[in-house]
Amino acid sequence: MNTDIYKEGEVVHSPAFIDGHSVDIPVLKILKQDGTTYPNAELPELNQVEAEKVYKALAFHRVLDERMIAAQRQGRVSFYMTALGEEATTVGGAAALESRDMIMAQYREQGCLIYRGFSLEDFMNQLFSNEKDLGKGRQMPIHYGSNEFNYLTISSPLGTQIPQASGYAYGQKLQGKDAVTLCYFGEGAASEGDFHAGLNMAAVHKAPVIFFCRNNGYAISTPSDEQYVGNGIASRGVGYGMKTIRIDGNDILAVMKAVQLARAHAVEHSEPVLIEAMSYRLGAHSTSDDPSGYRTKEEEAKWAEHDPIARYKSWMLAQEWWDEAQDAELFETLREEILAAVKVAEKIDKPPVEDLVTDVYDDVPKHLQKQLDELKEHIKKYPEAYPFTAGRI
Amino acid sequence: MAQMNLLQAINNALDIAMAEDDSTLCFGEDVGHFGGVFRATSGLQEKYGKARCFNTPLVEQGIIGFANGLAAQGSRPIAEIQFADYIFPAFDQIVNETAKFRYRSGNQFDVGRLTIRTPYGGGIAGGLYHSQSPEAYFAHTPGLKVVVPRNPYQAKGLLLASIRDDNPVIFFEPKRLYRASVGEVPEDDYQLPIGKAEVVTQGNDISLLAWGAQMEIIEKAAEMAANEGISCEIIDLRSILPWDVETVANSVMKTGRLLVSHEAPVTAGFAGEIAATIQQECFLHLESPIARVCGVDTPYPLSLEREHMADHLKVFEAIKRTVNY
Repeated sequence: MNTDIYKEGEVVHSPAFIDGHSVDIPVLKILKQDGTTYPNAELPELNQVEAEKVYKALAFHRVLDERMIAAQRQGRVSFYMTALGEEATTVGGAAALESRDMIMAQYREQGCLIYRGFSLEDFMNQLFSNEKDLGKGRQMPIHYGSNEFNYLTISSPLGTQIPQASGYAYGQKLQGKDAVTLCYFGEGAASEGDFHAGLNMAAVHKAPVIFFCRNNGYAISTPSDEQYVGNGIASRGVGYGMKTIRIDGNDILAVMKAVQLARAHAVEHSEPVLIEAMSYRLGAHSTSDDPSGYRTKEEEAKWAEHDPIARYKSWMLAQEWWDEAQDAELFETLREEILAAVKVAEKIDKPPVEDLVTDVYDDVPKHLQKQLDELKEHIKKYPEAYPFTAGRI
Repeated sequence: MAQMNLLQAINNALDIAMAEDDSTLCFGEDVGHFGGVFRATSGLQEKYGKARCFNTPLVEQGIIGFANGLAAQGSRPIAEIQFADYIFPAFDQIVNETAKFRYRSGNQFDVGRLTIRTPYGGGIAGGLYHSQSPEAYFAHTPGLKVVVPRNPYQAKGLLLASIRDDNPVIFFEPKRLYRASVGEVPEDDYQLPIGKAEVVTQGNDISLLAWGAQMEIIEKAAEMAANEGISCEIIDLRSILPWDVETVANSVMKTGRLLVSHEAPVTAGFAGEIAATIQQECFLHLESPIARVCGVDTPYPLSLEREHMADHLKVFEAIKRTVNY
């Protein structure tokens, strides 16, 4: 047995309990809301071209969310989830990675896909679960996935991606891929058993994974102070023997800086890193949720003043890398493009009935083929009851 | 050919799998240097290194979550759950993740390279938590394959097929037979088909169907029945999901009778699924109701283990009742 299993402290002869809040955790802030940076702040590596790409991704995100909320209210899509107020955590995270790095997200991380270039058409095809959806129309809106852009398909059960990220990163390390896995989850999902399983296994097996907690204050209606009583999620990193940092999640420069450094550490030392980004879910949990039942307008208004996109825009303006005329034109164009894409995607057919039984296994097994054949005969008998598929059998 | 017990056959299959593919990994609780509590992974860490054969922390949901990630990444993980009774913390990872990975992504991602090995079954004085046979829970989950071998030869061939199959497989190992079952096993590489049952003994009066360690039980009962002039056809189902309806139905159309026996409790056990399908396929050929001889609907007991089990005497009685219906 290795004797190095705990760090021996001072020996005492009367009981000395350590306090559950005794670990002080600094919070990294680089960018102020007015667009200036703190004195002596260490900025991330970011040139003008990349900075503009980041801003355009943020703008796309904001407009996509606005448009899709409207589309849901009009009954055009069944469901939607915005990331209003948290866009910096995902766009900034993706911007700090290499494109070969894997991203395993929870569900509110469409910002990563936007930054990586997932097309507007692919977003729409997923949201409208039509036959061009990469996921073949099988999952509810926002359950995106892209092999091309190294973004694992979203799974609704919370926290399941966390131990998977540890395994994925371990495989990357063993095969010498010089790549990491970035794993997102919320402070609510950090209560799941899979959180403990995943972080401990990554630490023990030295997997190059970056655990990124979006602490946005709420798990649907449950506030963080009913989720845990310790010093946030970051304090747990200490328990796993893991490098840990807390950052302002509405400060995209802090997000990029932290993820850049975490990536470098994960690759160089084959170790996981935990990042806790403090933010606020300005929107509802989903279109099925109404926050007025559990929080005040005043609280929301206070956080709206910390808008991460406005903050970054101010910085871009101050750098003279962006101007108001460009900004107005960008938002105008995005609104038109997204509206047009909605109109196209909603007219595309639903998937064919064969897609019901493919991909359960690599090939369709005999019993499933039999069930499909029987189903087709049934649909032919009652075509009006199955309008999406009846005409195509 | 060599004489091997069931554990040695499994160890031999794992050795072949790790030698042929650098991305094949074996891990689980005590799996590393110690070689697993039953020694199925003996010698593998010494041969292939700590990076590829290792102990994990004691967290089943983590073992399977980690394995799902590795498989999605392109590695070929063989994860061990120390006892099938302890697979339930990983139930979510298996049922909601492993089984649905390919489907939910439209085949953009899959964990087809994953194999989960776990010892199952009773008759070893293991009490509630070292005796269960949970195959039916997993048989209810599209996307998984479920395989159970009956002897060393079957174990090696079916395990190699499971590891190489492009779908996730749960491989239940009959731990009562680990050392008790010894037989001739080729030292070379070979595979046996997943999804195919095997008619072990031909017969005319009744078809007996089982899998894993229960095969010994029905074979013993069949011998007793033979002494009374009853000719039993004996079938090893081998794969629970997908299962070989055709082989079973063909047998039943010949014999006109079916008895299914498993260790797990009778209610909602896999015998119920088989009975429902076979009465559908063979209704006009059946000369008696399909019999189920299974565990009593209780948690697996310790001191009353013999009473609980579907032993050869219970099977023998059910054979006579069915034939004389």
